[in-house]
Amino acid sequence: MQDFLSSLRELEDSGCAAINAASAPEELERVRIEYLGRKARLTQILRSVGELPQAERRSAGAEANRVKSRLQELLDARAEELSATTGMLEVEVDLTLPGRPRWPGARHPCTLVTDEVCGIFRELGFVRARGPEAETTWYNFTALNTPLDHPAADEQDTFYLADDMVLRTHTSPVQARVMERAEPPVRIVVPGVVYRRDPFDASHAPAFEQIEGLAVDEGISFVDFKASISYFVHRFFGEDTATRFRPSFFPFTEPSAEVDVSCLLCHGDGCSACKGTGWIEIMGAGMVDPAVFDNVGYDSERYTGFAFGMGVGRIAMLRYRIPDIRLLYESDVRFLEQFGRA
Amino acid sequence: MNVSYRWLKSLAPALKESAAELAERLTYTAVPVDDVVWLGENLAELVVGHVLQVDKHPSADRLVICQVDIGRDEPVRVVTGAPVVVEGGYYPYVGAGQALPGGQLIKKVKLRGESSDGMLCSERELGIGRDAAGIMLLHGEFTPGQPLLEALELDDYRLDVDVTANRPDLLGHWGIARELAPGGEADLRLPDFSGHVRAEYALERVATEGKTAGVTVRIEDPEGCPRYLGAVIRGVTVGPSPEWLANRLRAIGQQPINNVVDATNYVLHELNQPLHAFDLATLAGPAVVIRRASTGETLRTLDGKERDLEPEMLVIADAELPTAMAGLMGGEETEVTEQTRDLFLECAYFDPKRVRRAAKGLALDTDASYRFQRGIDPDGLPRAMQRLIDLILTLAGGAVDGTPIDVNPKPARRRTVSLRLQRVVHLLGVELESDTIRGCLEPIGFEVREGKGDALDVEVPAWRPDVEREVDLIEEVARRHGYDKFPDAMQDFRPTTLRDDSYADLSHRLRDALIGAGFLEAKTNPFAPAGEGDVRLLNPLSEREDHLRRDLLTGLVHRVEYNFARGQKDVRLFEIGTAFSAAEGPTPAESIRVAAAWTGQRTPSHWAGSDEEWDVWDLKWLLATLAGQAAPGAEVRPVDPQADSGSLELALAVIAPDGRTLGWGGRLPAQSVEAPRWAGAVWGLEVELVVVPRQAVAYAALPVYPAVERDLALLVKKSVLAVELGTVIREAAPASLECLTVFDVYEGESLPADTRSVAWRLRFRAPDRTLTDDEVDGAVTQITSALQEKLNVGIRGA
Repeated sequence: MQDFLSSLRELEDSGCAAINAASAPEELERVRIEYLGRKARLTQILRSVGELPQAERRSAGAEANRVKSRLQELLDARAEELSATTGMLEVEVDLTLPGRPRWPGARHPCTLVTDEVCGIFRELGFVRARGPEAETTWYNFTALNTPLDHPAADEQDTFYLADDMVLRTHTSPVQARVMERAEPPVRIVVPGVVYRRDPFDASHAPAFEQIEGLAVDEGISFVDFKASISYFVHRFFGEDTATRFRPSFFPFTEPSAEVDVSCLLCHGDGCSACKGTGWIEIMGAGMVDPAVFDNVGYDSERYTGFAFGMGVGRIAMLRYRIPDIRLLYESDVRFLEQFGRA
Repeated sequence: MNVSYRWLKSLAPALKESAAELAERLTYTAVPVDDVVWLGENLAELVVGHVLQVDKHPSADRLVICQVDIGRDEPVRVVTGAPVVVEGGYYPYVGAGQALPGGQLIKKVKLRGESSDGMLCSERELGIGRDAAGIMLLHGEFTPGQPLLEALELDDYRLDVDVTANRPDLLGHWGIARELAPGGEADLRLPDFSGHVRAEYALERVATEGKTAGVTVRIEDPEGCPRYLGAVIRGVTVGPSPEWLANRLRAIGQQPINNVVDATNYVLHELNQPLHAFDLATLAGPAVVIRRASTGETLRTLDGKERDLEPEMLVIADAELPTAMAGLMGGEETEVTEQTRDLFLECAYFDPKRVRRAAKGLALDTDASYRFQRGIDPDGLPRAMQRLIDLILTLAGGAVDGTPIDVNPKPARRRTVSLRLQRVVHLLGVELESDTIRGCLEPIGFEVREGKGDALDVEVPAWRPDVEREVDLIEEVARRHGYDKFPDAMQDFRPTTLRDDSYADLSHRLRDALIGAGFLEAKTNPFAPAGEGDVRLLNPLSEREDHLRRDLLTGLVHRVEYNFARGQKDVRLFEIGTAFSAAEGPTPAESIRVAAAWTGQRTPSHWAGSDEEWDVWDLKWLLATLAGQAAPGAEVRPVDPQADSGSLELALAVIAPDGRTLGWGGRLPAQSVEAPRWAGAVWGLEVELVVVPRQAVAYAALPVYPAVERDLALLVKKSVLAVELGTVIREAAPASLECLTVFDVYEGESLPADTRSVAWRLRFRAPDRTLTDDEVDGAVTQITSALQEKLNVGIRGA
């Protein structure tokens, strides 16, 4: 009996030591097999309980089972410790390494501007409209009160496809097209590509984006015009941006106006962007000329309205400080990717 | 148009503001001033030098030594290589240690052993003219040492005024002064010239033909020339203009030529009346006939070019031949030269449209044609003629011979336009008193009278051809009142009868899809060479790109090439834009397309991944995704390589339900892309946008009962397509087949030649119960026997 108990204790001690010494789950598994496996010493000792005298069997069995449970508990506890250690190893993954990337997509800067401008005018009840890029001279000039033999027609150098067919020089023909098919109230914004026969340089492109606007109803006055444009300027350029309207000339508006905003860079102090004036020109606009209403069959005594047009590229260049318009059309991915953040 | 601040003030002494303030006021009430330039910039240190003595340089033939009085006790020494230096002449002088306007610093130098204290300057060196040939001899009386700024009246500002096409009246100093002077026209006067000689005469008015000093003047085309004034001056001496006149012209960027030409130029810029002087001795007849050119006639104009004339063109002819292009340019043979003694002066009104057509036809733009095209003041002719005669008599001597003539077949009456006060409120949104309106209109020459009811009758001055209608007057009122004075409070508005453009909405959704896939939006050149477009431009910018593009992909691929050339290996571009194709009639057909071109890696390199290139399956997914948005209902199908010789490899087409091809995609053949050796394959697609009403999405109830999955690995001949297998499976399957996907395709040595394994995953589910294994097994058996029967397909491993 003494031999039995002492070898049991010995086993218990060495088992405990082995369990504590195990530093990895595999090692612990080897310890488990050695001490608690089918061929383990403790198993043999337990089997040998039957060889002891009847009176000692019970206490010897109890003791052997105690040792077994203790070792099992220790094993479990150690296994937990070890797995916790393993868990800590997982935490030690170097999370400063870069994540798995995707290619950045981006809207074109002109689209960003177009979307924002259209969005602001939609707040004012405007909807988007569209028209063809190859236009008749009637819609591009004549319907807009621009006789072809008037010097005003020279200001837009025109691409011709046929004698009476041009690439539209502005989005304004859509004004006439829309008014011909719809009754007032008309409130439209017309983004689109327009064409001028200007050689490509830092500030001119032969094809570029424009946005046109038109509002026609009974009782629309110069005050509504100023209010709507000022609303747009404040929303687009910022509440503290000042707006100035000055006389201009467009055959299809009267009175005509050029709209200036306080320089976005120097806020009116004068810098190179605004040529020292503190102001930057952003759009041509005005009250719709009654001749245009007459041409589309609207009663020019009853209806009044305002129209505006602006170069999207020019606004994009101002907003994103792009120095050369050609960057907009070269499609260099290193340029375009920058607008994924915009 | 260039405006001199001093000149303006000489016409309107009441103007007290600075040049910058006037520019601001003009900009905000009339027309924009683009720039204000101080002409004295960097000239402050220069003085007038009086050359007392000119000696030969002892050791250089081309150099002279001048003693120059610059107002100090002792004259300074200037060694110069100027070809001509006049003793007693006055010249601009700059001393050593001072700088020229260009910034060049003058140093004390020795020229061939002789020291020089400074230099005498040319116009070019002063930045006030183009003449660089010689030093600038000043004409007139000066004091040695007088600041050059003062002597040349360069203490002046040049206003660069951008006169809009509707305001021809602002193309002269008088018109601008009228616009700006507080009292308008009433504040203006024409100042006398230095030594003013006034010609006293009364114009003789005739209907179509008359004589002045023996010269017959006849209008044969009163439509082209409604009014023509002629005068003869005999005994002039043509020579250089005095400094005050040369200064005026230089101040507005004009080059002085001689006193007669300068006089016409001066009056042009002062009163906005183009004028012409003929050498009377060269006029056959002598006669001046305003007529249409005859076919075959030619004229050598002042610019030395031989012009072919057409009957549509209006000319000034003598008794025999054309001598000038009316309103455009004079002829070389009748030009005033230093030998000219007698002059015939022309002061006329030519029809704007006729001048414009001739100017366009001859591609000839002159100061005169620019003004005639826009419309000058027909009533202003007599005054301009008087001014010109006075100026020539003052500068060049001579005397008026006979009575100047005014050929005026049909004197024009001034227009009267009615202006309703109610209409002013209606358009401008603000009530303006009739006194306010008068205050806006009267100073600039409109005569306002009370009309019927609340209307005013406004007589329009002849120099305002742009004011024809009530609304033109309202604009005058608005701008003179000041746009900034109108409120900008938001008013109520009604919703429009129109609906938002569906294409704009669709484009937005397509952009979202492409940007989500990592694509960058591009805007490419719509002009294309003949091979890439069907619609030709009559006047292209470049002969190479004289068509409009027929597709977007070609241009995008060029932009991929552009990026390749800049070392970019990974490029993903898309564009939404218009493609043009020829159609019946002159109107080309336009279609809105979405196109994309891409190359390189599918994702950016990552330390834990492998760098995979885009492949055909990316293409197919993207094409199907975009087609699903852009062309709902269309199907993406492989293009039969036999049937289509197309330019793409691995080509797929987007086919509409009606069979129309709406798009395509594929790999660009290597030989069609200009690419460096390191570049990967370039993929591309293009789909036409078709707007159809959007299908409303209806929710399907979520499943309640579990699904059962089965995998089927089919061993098939390579000639059997996946789409055929899928069709047979779907047809044979019961309604409980919820989902069918290919999860593996395998070809390899372990399989018989010409076969491959296509593995499908089938998911079955019933909406109302749990399917039993037996049911599903039965379904699979049905499917496999159908496959066996229809396509002779076996189950792999079965």
